[in-house]
Amino acid sequence: MPRINSPAELEKFRKDILSKRDPNRPCVAVCTGTGCLALGAAKVVTALKEEIKKQGLATKVDVVDVRETGCPGFCERGPLVVIYPEETCYLQVQPGDAEEIVSQTILAKKVIDRLVYVDPITGEKIVRESEIPFYKNQMRHLIGNNIKIDPKSIDDYLAVGGYSALAKALCQVTPEQVVGLVKDSNLRGRGGAGFPTGRKWEFTRNSPEKTKYVIVNADEGDPGAFMDRALLEGNPHSVLEGLTIGAYAIGAHEGYFYVRQEYPLAVENVTIAIRKAEDYGFLGKNILGSGFDFTVKVRWGAGAFVCGEETALLMSLEGKAGEPRARPPYPAVKGLWGKPTNINNVETWANVPLIINNGAGFLTSIGTEGSKGTKIFSLVGKVNNTGLVEVPMGITLRDIVYKVGGGIPGGKKFKAVQTGGPSGGCIPEKYLDIEVDFDELKKVGAIMGSGGMIVMDEDTCMVDVARYFLNFLTGESCGKCSPCREGIRQMLKILTNISKGKGREGDIELLEELSEATRDASLCALGGSAPNPVLSTIRYFRDEYEAHIKEKRCPAYVCKELISYHIDPDKCQACMICLRKCPAEAIAGDKNQIHVIDQDKCTKCGTCFEVCPSRFGAVRRLSGEPLPPPIPEEARIIVRKSKG
Amino acid sequence: MDNDKIDKIIDKYPNDPSSLIQVLLEIQSENRWLPREALKKVSKKLKVPLNRIQHIITFYKAFSVVPKGRHEVHVCTGTACHVRGAQRVLDTVQDLIGIKPGETDQDLRFSLETVNCVGCCALGPVMVIDGEYHGKMAPAKSEDVLKNYE
Repeated sequence: MPRINSPAELEKFRKDILSKRDPNRPCVAVCTGTGCLALGAAKVVTALKEEIKKQGLATKVDVVDVRETGCPGFCERGPLVVIYPEETCYLQVQPGDAEEIVSQTILAKKVIDRLVYVDPITGEKIVRESEIPFYKNQMRHLIGNNIKIDPKSIDDYLAVGGYSALAKALCQVTPEQVVGLVKDSNLRGRGGAGFPTGRKWEFTRNSPEKTKYVIVNADEGDPGAFMDRALLEGNPHSVLEGLTIGAYAIGAHEGYFYVRQEYPLAVENVTIAIRKAEDYGFLGKNILGSGFDFTVKVRWGAGAFVCGEETALLMSLEGKAGEPRARPPYPAVKGLWGKPTNINNVETWANVPLIINNGAGFLTSIGTEGSKGTKIFSLVGKVNNTGLVEVPMGITLRDIVYKVGGGIPGGKKFKAVQTGGPSGGCIPEKYLDIEVDFDELKKVGAIMGSGGMIVMDEDTCMVDVARYFLNFLTGESCGKCSPCREGIRQMLKILTNISKGKGREGDIELLEELSEATRDASLCALGGSAPNPVLSTIRYFRDEYEAHIKEKRCPAYVCKELISYHIDPDKCQACMICLRKCPAEAIAGDKNQIHVIDQDKCTKCGTCFEVCPSRFGAVRRLSGEPLPPPIPEEARIIVRKSKG
Repeated sequence: MDNDKIDKIIDKYPNDPSSLIQVLLEIQSENRWLPREALKKVSKKLKVPLNRIQHIITFYKAFSVVPKGRHEVHVCTGTACHVRGAQRVLDTVQDLIGIKPGETDQDLRFSLETVNCVGCCALGPVMVIDGEYHGKMAPAKSEDVLKNYE
C-alpha cells in the first residue's frame, strides 16, 4: 500500500484513482445500511452479482461495478438501488428484479417503470434520485456522499475529494487558524446542547497540560434517532478526517471513537477506515509530512444511555461504570485520565472538513441567525417517508413533515412532532410553521437534541408518550443523584396511575412541581431535561390528561386499562376472521353465530379491530363509556339467505 | 468457555483495569453470557476486584450472568416503534412465550429482551430474532413468526 507523504503526493494519487475510473462506466449502487439490510438488501446484491456474471458482463474486466454503500436516507422504500451514470433510482428492489435491472437498465439503458418513484399526488414517475421530492427538498452536504461511496473503500472517499481538507489544514494553516475558522463558522455541537464548537476547541487547546485527547461521541442512544450511525456506517472517513483536523487544532495526539455496541456495522466500518487511513498515512506519525502525529482507537459502549453524557462517557472509557460527575471542571480542563479532552458528536466532526475546504462562510451562508449549516434528522413515526433527512437550519417543521416526509399515512390527522428524544418535547400543530433551529425549538418547550423527530398522529396518546419517555429514563438513570433517580420514578408512578384510570385531581400540578425539582437539582443533563416530555405534553395537551383523570377516558384509544373492544352484533357477519386471529382466544362464535369478546380473556391487543373487514366495521373501541349489555344467546344466530 | 479463549481475549487489550469493559463485551459476545469462572479470571488478570466487576455488569445492559436461550428475541421499544404499537406486540410475545423481558424460559428456547432502538424505524414495530429482522409486526403476526424458532 502506498504511504502518502505530502499534499502533492495525495493530489497525484487522487488523479491516478480518477483516471482509472470512467465516469460513464455503469455502476449499480445498493444501499446496505442497516435499514435496507433488514429489508433484504444483501440478497439483492448477491442476485445482481450473479446476474452480471450470467449475462456475460463479468468476463470482461470492469464493465460494470456493483457498489455496496451506506444509507442515503430513504429507508421507507428500501432496498434502494441507484444506477449510474444515469442516476436511475429504483425503490423496494427485490432479488427477482436483478435480471431485468441488468438486461434492461444496464445493457439496454431502459427504465423499469414499476421500480421507480411515483408521485402520490400527480402520479408522475420520477427516475432520477435527486428529483424525488424526498431528496429534492433536502440539502445534503453531509449525507449526500453516502450512496456515492463504498464505506469500506478509502479510494472511493478520495475520489469524491476526501482528505483534501486534512492536507489543507495540516500543511497550509496553523492550528490557531483552524480553531479560528471553526469559530467563525458558528458551528454548534450537533449532539444536543448546541454549544459553539470553536469555543470548546479553544478551551481544550488553551489548557496548559501537554497530553490531550479528542473523542467522537457515537453513543447515539436516543430511541428513534440513527443519523450518527448512518454517517459512521456510510461515510466513516469524513468523521475521521474531521477528528484528525480537530486533534491538530487542539494539539491532541490520541483520539477515540466511543460507539455503542448496538451498532456492529458502524464499528466494523470505522475500524476498517482507521486501518486504511493508517496504511495511507492519514494517521500515525508525521501525517502528510506535516510533522503532526495522531492515532485513533475504537471503544465499544456497553448499553447505557447515560454514557452519551460526556462525563459519563469518560468514566466508561476508563473502564468504570458510566456515572456522570459534576461540572466544572469541564472535560476541556480535566477529562480522560485527568487530561484536557475535547468531545464532539459524530455529525459535528463530519462538518469540519466542509468548513476547512470551503471556508467559514460556507456554513454561515446556510441557516438562521443563531444556528448555521445543515442538520440531519431522523424522521420517523407516523409519517409516509420514514428516513434520514438533511435540511438547512431554519426550515419549517411543516416543510420537513409534509414536503420531505410526505405527510401522515392513512389519511390520519397530525397531532404532534416530538424532537430531541427523551430530553425533548412535543410540538403541536399550531407551531408547525416555526423555523427549526436550536433557539426556536427551545422556545416552544422542545430541543433540537441529536435530531430524532417522531411524528405522531391522532392515534397517539400524549399521556402514554410522556409515560413512555419517563419509563425509558427511569431505566437509564444511573442512580447517582437522588433528584433524577427518585424524581423520575415518582413522576412515572403518577403517569402510570393516570394511564390506568387511577389519576386524581391535583396530579397534573404535582407533576409540574416534581418536574421543576428534578430539572433544577439533577447532577447531569439526563435528569435536568427528563421533565421536558412531561411538561411539554401538559402544556399543549392538558385536555388529554384531564380526560384520563376526570373521565377515565383515553381519547387516542391507547391506554389499555381505559379501553375495551366490543363487537357490534348488528354489524358482525360471523366471518370468523377475528376469532381465528385473536392471539388470546378471547372471541367466541361460529360460522353462523355472532362473535362476542370474552372481556376477562381479552388482552386488548387490538388485533380484532385491525382484521375486521372494513366493509363490516363491526369491532369498536370504547373508552370512557360502559360496555353495551351482552346479547342473548338466541339472538346470536345468523340466518343467511341461501345462495341458490 | 475454555480458558485459552478467555486468555486470548484479555491479551488483545492493555493489561490494566481500563480494558475491563472491552474484555467483558468480547467474552459476552463470544459466549453469550458471563460465567463466574470467566469473571474470576478477568479479575485476576486485569487486577480488578470482583465486586467492581459486579458493579460494571449490573450497570451496563449488554451483560448477562445467566445462560441465554437458543433464540434471542429482541422487541424494539424505540419511540417510532412505540407509537406504532410495539407495546401490544411485546405484550403478546410475553404471553406467548411466558416470560418477561430480561428472562429466559425454562427449556432454554427463548430469551426475551427489549431494545431502545435498532434504527430500522421505517419497519416499525420491529422484532429481531437471532439477528434476523422482522418488520411491521402486529400481535397476530408475532405468533406466526415465533413458531418458526424451535
